Amino acid sequence: MNMSFEQKQSQLVVNLTGSFERADNPSMKEALFRLAWDVQTQRIVIHAQTLGTWDSSLVVVLYTLKKIALERGILFQSSTLPKQLNSLLDLALTVDRKPPQRNDETPDFLEVLGTIGINTCQAIGRGLIFIRDVMGALGRFFTKRVVMRSVDFWTELDNCGPKAVLIVSLISFMVGLILAFVGAIQLKTFGAQIFVASLVTIGMIRIMGAIMVGIIMAGRTGASYAATIGTMQVNEELDALKTMGIPVTDFLILPRLVTLVIAMPILVLLADFMGMLGGAFVGVLLLDIPAGEYWKYAWEAFGLTNFLVGLFHGLVFGFVIGLCGCYYGVQCGRNADSVGIATTKAVVWSIVWMIVLTGLITYLCEVIGI
Amino acid sequence: MKDTQAIIEARHVTMGYGDYVLQKDMNFTVNKHDIFIIMGGSGCGKSSLLRLLTGLNQPLKGDIFVKGINFTKADSDVQKNIMINNGILYQSGALFSSMTLAENVALPLQQYTDYSQQTIQELVSLKLALVGLAGFESFYPSEISGGMKKRAGLARALALDPEIVYFDEPSAGLDPISSKLLDDLMKNINQSLGTTLVVVTHELSSLLDIGTNGVFLDAETKTIIAQGHPKDLLKNPPNETVYEFLTRGKTEYVK
Ligand SMILES: Nc1ncnc2c1ncn2[C@@H]1O[C@H](COP(=O)(O)OP(=O)(O)O)[C@@H](O)[C@H]1O
Ligand SMILES: [Mg+2]
Repeated sequence: MNMSFEQKQSQLVVNLTGSFERADNPSMKEALFRLAWDVQTQRIVIHAQTLGTWDSSLVVVLYTLKKIALERGILFQSSTLPKQLNSLLDLALTVDRKPPQRNDETPDFLEVLGTIGINTCQAIGRGLIFIRDVMGALGRFFTKRVVMRSVDFWTELDNCGPKAVLIVSLISFMVGLILAFVGAIQLKTFGAQIFVASLVTIGMIRIMGAIMVGIIMAGRTGASYAATIGTMQVNEELDALKTMGIPVTDFLILPRLVTLVIAMPILVLLADFMGMLGGAFVGVLLLDIPAGEYWKYAWEAFGLTNFLVGLFHGLVFGFVIGLCGCYYGVQCGRNADSVGIATTKAVVWSIVWMIVLTGLITYLCEVIGI
Repeated sequence: MKDTQAIIEARHVTMGYGDYVLQKDMNFTVNKHDIFIIMGGSGCGKSSLLRLLTGLNQPLKGDIFVKGINFTKADSDVQKNIMINNGILYQSGALFSSMTLAENVALPLQQYTDYSQQTIQELVSLKLALVGLAGFESFYPSEISGGMKKRAGLARALALDPEIVYFDEPSAGLDPISSKLLDDLMKNINQSLGTTLVVVTHELSSLLDIGTNGVFLDAETKTIIAQGHPKDLLKNPPNETVYEFLTRGKTEYVK
């Protein structure tokens, strides 16, 4: 930085020579600004007759100096600066818009607590209203008075059905495999490895099939619902729908929710089958159980009630994932960040609600004795 | 500043997507300190041309020279260097929504300079003040209006004192007053910082006011059908399309 400065009585004289490109000297600048603030300084004079090339690193020094001069009401003499530099300084110092006042106070403890309480209540209220709206839309769906494009319905069905088959198959097969392995280690000690067949079958069809499909679909489909609808919010597409008088619940949420609720039990069926296949893989190939024997035990363990409870879980999870995905999509803010937040929330809350409802269903089954 | 040194040169550039040709054999030169206007009807490839010049897309044929370097054929390090020295103002500002205005403007400074933290903050304040947003440092993009977003985007584009700044329809979506303010700002920056501006715009008053040179792309013939100072083009329109464009569809063109 080719800058020197000195205080001559009431004048602060700044000499600029040579070129200023990406010049930075924080300590020097600090000393300069301190002098500019000094009460003795009544005038700042810039000498720039031999100034070479310059960039913003010089402008920023002069800008700060001139701001200090303006604030203190002292003279800033810069007639030797290049014309463009002076006009740039003028441009920077023209205030044509003042930022609005903002409330930056940190709230006290009670206020924070109150805000959390109010927000929670509002969130519950919003959730309930959303569910009510969706139920209304479902009612219209069955009475055929709903604004929904059938092409959307089929696309969504394809997305959450056939396109999910591979991942669901793969993971359920693995889960069946793991269940069988873990069970086999324990059962072998009693010489009862044949019961691996029963263990895997009951485990998969009663609950594991549905849970695995639920988690896969929450991550795969619930997240995509939130991201798609959230991005539509960012692009003002949701606003466009509203002002056209087309309910978002009918147009966007119904095709997604209904197709997911249709697809989930079928996927659970697939998961059950693939899980049992995984179990048989371990049983027949690694534990040397004859295939016929294995299927006999598996079939004995296969209770219709267990199977139906599993499918019912799938149905409920379909609702949960569809509702959470669409809800957080609709509630999304208006920037890129909020799409990420919406997606995260959709997945996390889908899983939380699935677990809560699994507990509830299990308890109810206990009560009615199935 | 009377030197007319070429800063961007397009030589026999054909652009398009895949087999779809948008413009054939384009030749033009942008000189230092120009405010270069890219004109033409919707869909003739103005935004696409901007993407070529800024290195986001590659031409199908031909070369683009930036400061004498063959930008199209240069290796990726050289290309990146040229790209860093470009400022770009995207249509919607393209501010990062999770960052404050100050953080948005500071990002390129932190990435590509060795300035101290203090200096970066001062520079950020200066750039924001230049675009009329002094005091808005701690605001988020969602808290300011569309016109202000464009100004903030410009502040970020100017962060590294670029030699060339590209604009895609800067006045789209702005009211006449904001649009005029932005024009003044662009002229000011062009004159005081000596920055070369390349501007895609439909706004007649704006392009006649600020432009010092330009090209006119035509979608039908897929070529540049006029070049030069927009005011000269209005005075002596070389053909009917240009005349209609610059007079808002008057049709009594006589040769
Ligand atoms: N990524 C792309 N792939 C294929 N075609 C494109 C792509 N982007 C733009 N186009 C086509 O190129 C044409 C010109 O687009 P654009 O450069 O945005 O025009 P302008 O900005 O002049 O209105 C349009 O017809 C558009 O369909
Ligand atoms: Mg465009």
